Amino acid sequence: MDLRILREEHGVRALVEEVRAEIGTIGREVQIMEVCGTHTMTAYRSGLGLLLRKIGMRLISGPGCPVCVTPDGIIAAAARLVQERPGVILASFGDMLRVPASDCAIMKLVPAEGSSVHVIYSPEEVVEVAKANPQKEVVFLAAGFETTVPGIGWVVRTCLREGIRNVSLIPAMKIVPPPLKAILDAGDLRLDGFIYPGHVSVIIGSEAYRFVAEQYGVPGAVAGFEPADLLFGILSVLRQIREGRADVEIAYRRAVKPEGNGLAKRLMEDVFTVGDAEWRGFGTIPQSGLYPPEALCALSRFGIKADSGWETNGCRCGEVVRGIAEPEDCGLFGKGCTPERPLGPCMVSYEGSCLIHFKYGKELPL
Amino acid sequence: MCLAVPLKLMQVDGEHGVVEMGGIRRKVNLSFVEDAQPGDYVVVHTGFAITRMDETEAAETLRLLNECIEKAEA
Repeated sequence: MDLRILREEHGVRALVEEVRAEIGTIGREVQIMEVCGTHTMTAYRSGLGLLLRKIGMRLISGPGCPVCVTPDGIIAAAARLVQERPGVILASFGDMLRVPASDCAIMKLVPAEGSSVHVIYSPEEVVEVAKANPQKEVVFLAAGFETTVPGIGWVVRTCLREGIRNVSLIPAMKIVPPPLKAILDAGDLRLDGFIYPGHVSVIIGSEAYRFVAEQYGVPGAVAGFEPADLLFGILSVLRQIREGRADVEIAYRRAVKPEGNGLAKRLMEDVFTVGDAEWRGFGTIPQSGLYPPEALCALSRFGIKADSGWETNGCRCGEVVRGIAEPEDCGLFGKGCTPERPLGPCMVSYEGSCLIHFKYGKELPL
Repeated sequence: MCLAVPLKLMQVDGEHGVVEMGGIRRKVNLSFVEDAQPGDYVVVHTGFAITRMDETEAAETLRLLNECIEKAEA
């Protein structure tokens, strides 16, 4: 089956016309939050972000970038560990290691004697590195939302089952529904609907957002990541607005089920405990973080602590992830802060709003 | 970080499989997909298959899109 048509012009054009007609019927500007950074990427890379604005719809980026919402204290704790303690291999995803926190990014640090930093593509590599280096402590700076967490859970389960003792986690895992509640409760943003993240929803299922429709009366739809997928999601939300109803619809049925992925959900429940977590920009959100068993927690194993709070230095990532500031509102955007020399995580991560706006957000001069 | 791509499963060997992406073969962990078979399309995120693509639903999306295109061109 050829799905390329989902990114081809004639299909996208036809869907944009439907969107235009729906907005016309609604008769006012519509504001929808796309929760996931990869949707922000789809919208801006394809030019839809700017086009939709012209026809009366604003897409507002949400908190769906794990790198962006990780508070500095966690990254600084990982940085101190690899700088001060010999024999540590600090492993994480590339984006996490490039975030400037307390002076400089982990990638640029000089590690302690016999310590090193290891960029991973898959959490499985943590187990491989640990087996290959039995005399070293492998510390996994484990960041991610529900899409990534099952893989991290697989590492925990494998270590427990196989008795691998030289792996521990610095927990920075988060779950997506609680910040949506925080955004709705804060009430400082008029939102007509949500586009829910496609791949987080593969795991948790669309029913995880039911409270948004039922308790807050806000429409929403889960969307996929091709331009036509995103437009199908937007159309689903617009139709709900026009018909005066609030539901959770799936516009990405080839991957998402209402109940999610049972195997992945069970593993997450088996190995992680839900607890409060700090998010950049939000502060502490109750029951929004996932924590490994004590025996695999690097913070307890090495007696380190993650400081609370985040440095601003004029960086407005904290407001950007809540949708209350646009990247362009920040005085540093494109001046002191660029993809080459990022000052905040939203300019580092490929799903960070600042990086995406920097690369694709301007109209190109002819 | 939640970037994931649909890839064709070429081989299955217990907990792992092999997917192909533009001619390059890569190992994939299949722990979260029940009864994965060669020929299935799986959505891969950070080395783990997070679901199997539902081909009937994919066909339905294409049908809806084509309907929309026909309407626009009519």
